[in-house]
Amino acid sequence: MTDSVPQAARPRGGARPSILLGGVARAGGIALFALRLVAACGPAFARPALIVHQIYNAGARSLVIIMLSGLFTGMVLGLQGAYLLARFGSENLLGVAAALSLLRELGPVLTSLLFAGRAGTALTSEIGLMRATDQLTAIEMMAVDPMRYVAAPRFLGGFIAMPLLAAIFNVIGLFGAQLIGVWERGIDPAAFWSQMQSSVVLRDASEGIIKSLVFGFVVTLIAVYEGYHSEPTAEGVGLATTRTVVTASWLTLLLDYMVTAAFM
Amino acid sequence: MRANRTLEIGTGFFVLLGFAALFFLTTQLPSNGLKVGGAQGGFRVTAQFDNIGDLKSGAPVALAGVTIGEVTGIGIDPKSYRALVTMRIDSKYNQIPDDSDASINTQGLLGGQYVALGAGGSETYLKDGSQIQFTQPAFVLENLINKLFSSFASKPAESGQGGAAPSGSGASSSSSNGKAGPH
Repeated sequence: MTDSVPQAARPRGGARPSILLGGVARAGGIALFALRLVAACGPAFARPALIVHQIYNAGARSLVIIMLSGLFTGMVLGLQGAYLLARFGSENLLGVAAALSLLRELGPVLTSLLFAGRAGTALTSEIGLMRATDQLTAIEMMAVDPMRYVAAPRFLGGFIAMPLLAAIFNVIGLFGAQLIGVWERGIDPAAFWSQMQSSVVLRDASEGIIKSLVFGFVVTLIAVYEGYHSEPTAEGVGLATTRTVVTASWLTLLLDYMVTAAFM
Repeated sequence: MRANRTLEIGTGFFVLLGFAALFFLTTQLPSNGLKVGGAQGGFRVTAQFDNIGDLKSGAPVALAGVTIGEVTGIGIDPKSYRALVTMRIDSKYNQIPDDSDASINTQGLLGGQYVALGAGGSETYLKDGSQIQFTQPAFVLENLINKLFSSFASKPAESGQGGAAPSGSGASSSSSNGKAGPH
């Protein structure tokens, strides 16, 4: 548990053998960090106030952007879906189309991308600055494990907040689709909801929830890892923040494909 | 201390909102989820059908194309073995003649099924608990296709070349059918 300091001091851009080997080493580093992080999560529950604080930071403070994006995503779905379905004379299926695309796909994925940009970057730069200003070392000098005190509560906060944010995104999105479908396109609201309720099954909702759990785990893990291992300079923190967004985004889309394929 | 309080309120608000959304998505939205509430105003009428086809609970009930209520329950009448459909009709539509007929129609080509009421001429109106007597079963597309296929299959057999065109391929590929016709 004391090997956290040398890792940061290790030169990153020194004698780099190859990009491929570097990528493998990074994947291994993230996997080992994930194990240590999960092991540190149990003791972190002894201080629930820290976790609550991180749920507030990651979740409550992302609410505005998630709700706005959800509303407009749903409204666009309403417009596009109504345009497309009207060609086949089945505009009444708009509710089904919007609900299935939101629940299964758009809700978890867009929330994860926004979450990486809003909460992930904040996590990385916060932990990275703690590293750069030697706060992590200071915590360790006080015989407190920074993995338990700093990393694990932030990880848990993000992991808990992400599925809740995705669910809020979905509900607001459905409301947005109904807003456009019923007011703008004149679809009967009873048909909108009854078609939706008769065609959506529990499996659709659970696929979205499982996706948001997976994305929450990965995005928060990447954000904490990058911050924890950032170079202790102003430039290093900036680079780590960029890496968080890039890695978390493409991992989200890759895992999205894998989870979708597993559910088919 | 005050900052701590706002933090707790903010977190609580967020978590409650999130779980409310999760609850809605898993119980209220899916057809096989748990339903709570839904007892709005209106009155209940029942109707017995020979076949309800694909009708589902929650489907609209329409009079002249205007939605006036919804299907609230589907079951079997234990005596007649016919489908027993319970409908809730908004209380503002309380002047529907009690000799109206009910039929099960389809919305568009791909849409779900709904109950269409046709107004009768009686002086007395439908009220809570009354039963619609005149019903027409759902139009089941598969049965019609089956009838069409069997009529296709029987025609070549009459003209003595039944083995040449199996009923499935003869109906599905119209070009080969057109060639075979003049023979």
